[in-house]
Amino acid sequence: MSDESSSIETIRAEVSAWLDENWSPVRPLKEWRETLVEGGWAAPTWPRAYYGRGFNETQAAAVQQVFAEKGAVGVAQAGPGRLASHTILTHGTDAQKRRYLRPILTGEEAWCQLFSEPGSGSDLAGLTTKAEKVGDRWIINGQKVWNTSAHHADFGILLARTNWDVPKHQGISYFLIDMRQAGVEVRPLKQMNGHASFNEVFMSDAEVLAEDLLGAEGEGWSIAATTLSLERQAFGSDRSGGAAKDLEGPIYDEYRAELAIALEPYTWYPQRAGRADLLLKRAEGNGAISDPLVRQEIARALCLKKGADLAAAAAVAKRRSGKHRVIPEGSIGKLAASEIARQAAHAHTLISGADALLAGANSELDGIVAEVLLSVPAISIAGGTDEIQKNIISERVLGLPKEPRFDTGPFRDVPRNIKDA
Amino acid sequence: MLSEDTEQFREVVARFLADKSPTQAVRKCMASAEGYEPDVWRQLCGEVGLAGTHLPERFGGFGFGPVELGITCQEMGRSLYCGPFFSSSVMAAHAILNQASNEQKERLLPGIADGSVIATLVLDNVADADRLGRSLFSDGARLDGTANMVVDAHIAQGFVVIASEGDGLAAFWVDAMQSGIDVEPLEALDPTRKLSRVSLSSVEGERLGDGPVDVTRLWDQLCTALAHEMIGGAEALFDSTIAYLKMRVQFGRPIGSFQALKHRAADLLMELELARAVTHEAARVLASGEGDPWTPNMAKAMAGDAYFAIAKQAIQLRGGIGFTWEEDVHLWFKRAKASEVLLGTPGWHREKMMMRMTKNSGGVDV
Ligand SMILES: Cc1cc2nc3c(=O)[nH]c(=O)nc-3n(C[C@H](O)[C@H](O)[C@H](O)COP(=O)(O)OP(=O)(O)OC[C@H]3O[C@@H](n4cnc5c(N)ncnc54)[C@H](O)[C@@H]3O)c2cc1C
Repeated sequence: MSDESSSIETIRAEVSAWLDENWSPVRPLKEWRETLVEGGWAAPTWPRAYYGRGFNETQAAAVQQVFAEKGAVGVAQAGPGRLASHTILTHGTDAQKRRYLRPILTGEEAWCQLFSEPGSGSDLAGLTTKAEKVGDRWIINGQKVWNTSAHHADFGILLARTNWDVPKHQGISYFLIDMRQAGVEVRPLKQMNGHASFNEVFMSDAEVLAEDLLGAEGEGWSIAATTLSLERQAFGSDRSGGAAKDLEGPIYDEYRAELAIALEPYTWYPQRAGRADLLLKRAEGNGAISDPLVRQEIARALCLKKGADLAAAAAVAKRRSGKHRVIPEGSIGKLAASEIARQAAHAHTLISGADALLAGANSELDGIVAEVLLSVPAISIAGGTDEIQKNIISERVLGLPKEPRFDTGPFRDVPRNIKDA
Repeated sequence: MLSEDTEQFREVVARFLADKSPTQAVRKCMASAEGYEPDVWRQLCGEVGLAGTHLPERFGGFGFGPVELGITCQEMGRSLYCGPFFSSSVMAAHAILNQASNEQKERLLPGIADGSVIATLVLDNVADADRLGRSLFSDGARLDGTANMVVDAHIAQGFVVIASEGDGLAAFWVDAMQSGIDVEPLEALDPTRKLSRVSLSSVEGERLGDGPVDVTRLWDQLCTALAHEMIGGAEALFDSTIAYLKMRVQFGRPIGSFQALKHRAADLLMELELARAVTHEAARVLASGEGDPWTPNMAKAMAGDAYFAIAKQAIQLRGGIGFTWEEDVHLWFKRAKASEVLLGTPGWHREKMMMRMTKNSGGVDV
């Protein structure tokens, strides 16, 4: 049996043998996932006690590689489920891990993230959703927003305020809430590009059992840090569903159906990044490439992209080497992504000329270009705004003095929106 | 500085539009196929007489000039008024004013001035004045060809078509109801300004006047009007964004107290002020015939950059809510993006300006 010290070769051989014995594209998806979880290959980086093998990233990548080679379907993909499972794994009780982890891996239970609120985005710790302990349960009241897939979710990871008399970070607790109850209402949230990839979630006297508090009361903010760092890692990640989505066989049909639901909110995400990859081809296609003004703007976008890709690769290498504590190339990645997106959208506008006036089926590439123009504004807001990112870079990377703070006292006294300004 | 009279005129227009074109009305028009509210259009033409702001009194207009037209456009841009004002009163009427004989003007303009006739200008290139007449043709008797994007063609009763004839360009009045005309509505990036593809096949057209089309003059007039509309839109977004910076609290303080955002607001104000000054100057140049003739190019370039810069920040400074459908900002954002391109991008206008400054001639064909 392989373990943490196994060589890549040993691991590859073992996974191959196991797949040869168990994998088949004609098995029902649910049954296959049960086998996968039992076999311990569902989440190789997780500890042995919870469906894993305690592998490091490199070992896990080797497992995934063999899965891809054999066309074997892995665990359920949904983004919020991954955030929930990792956070529960890190901070949950044994009972919570036994109850919640397995159905996330098999895809039987879907999750959503209930963090952002209309009144608290950049200042997430300023959240005002209220949780009050009544007997053996918590009563939740408040509103959340930007909740991807909440309309499909069985459970949510929820931040709510349990103490208003301490500074804001200390009064927050982390809950696992059942979404299928009367006190929870989910409404779709439409965006300016016409998609409705998010929801608003309204909780009125919704209930959470005492045993579904994650960690201790008042520890919510530090637990949320685990979730948020995972989320940052996933920002801009590939959401194509991997090679298995293109194969033929009954299990792949089931897998594709599952993916379609999980990935539906993300169809426009490539467009919000600006689609710099389409610039040259489009400009060559319609002749705009011969306009010196257009050439300059395309070149500017491609330079930015090249620089960002190289800086990201350098950051990964430095992090792997383990010698560097603060890596500037990593922190600027998100900021660079915004700049690239805006510049690419600008270049797309110039390439289009008058065609930039059109949208949908009437426009180029079946509306992709119009979707770029109307989606790019999101990239510098989602996952933390550019302004917040700049504060982080200047204070944490460059060590510039911090802003003075006005919100360090008891949360009850911290100012909120100024209504009649 | 505007005179007291023109300030009063602005107030009348602004009050009417604030009342008749709130964003709920804009959203309704935007979602409808017609794209405008005929009742409001009738009031705008009848009670207020706006459709003829800039048309001479003898043709049924107010007899005002480019400055007052600018005011009307600026207020319409501010409120995102949805209706055929720009297509009919600005685009089509200017072409008629410039090109038609006196008799034709007497026949065609009063209907446009009182709004009973909706007309539009059919151009086969709405972004590059140097490339007109490449897909619309006249053989002297009949018109053929396609215009890929025509503003408000779906509701127009009359078209002014600019087509190539021999070596030059000529303008024609076309009854839009005759056979041989195909109008295909398109999905527009900015749904507050409806676009259609117009195809003509052996269509009868009445030549307007006997001279060639003065494209430079026409483009200057249209761009000056559009730049005013853009400034109005930019002002609306700027004002609402500043109000938001004062209202929204994060980290226990109004976000407008963060110096990074204060500086951004100040930068945008500077960009807006300069663009506005040049846009007003463009109207003055058109009205007086004095000053730099390329000022309209400067105005369209600067208004285009300022409007879109403000539109981007209007979303960014609101954070997530700015990206939602429910919040109104995207209505102006889409208008800003479309206006940046309509009648020429800022880059095109800067190039045009340089050509006119250095050769003082109307541009070369590429
Ligand atoms: C497409 C999209 C997807 C999203 N997905 C998710 C999701 O999956 N999960 C989730 O929880 N949330 C999500 N969000 C919400 C997102 O995280 C917030 O919108 C974002 O953090 C900004 O918060 P806010 O909207 O409240 O804006 P605010 O915080 O009100 O910000 C308004 C403006 O003030 C600026 N500002 C705020 N504080 C400072 C400061 N200290 N210094 C300088 N400027 C400042 C901001 O940068 C911004 O420009 C999503 C948002 C979008 C648009």
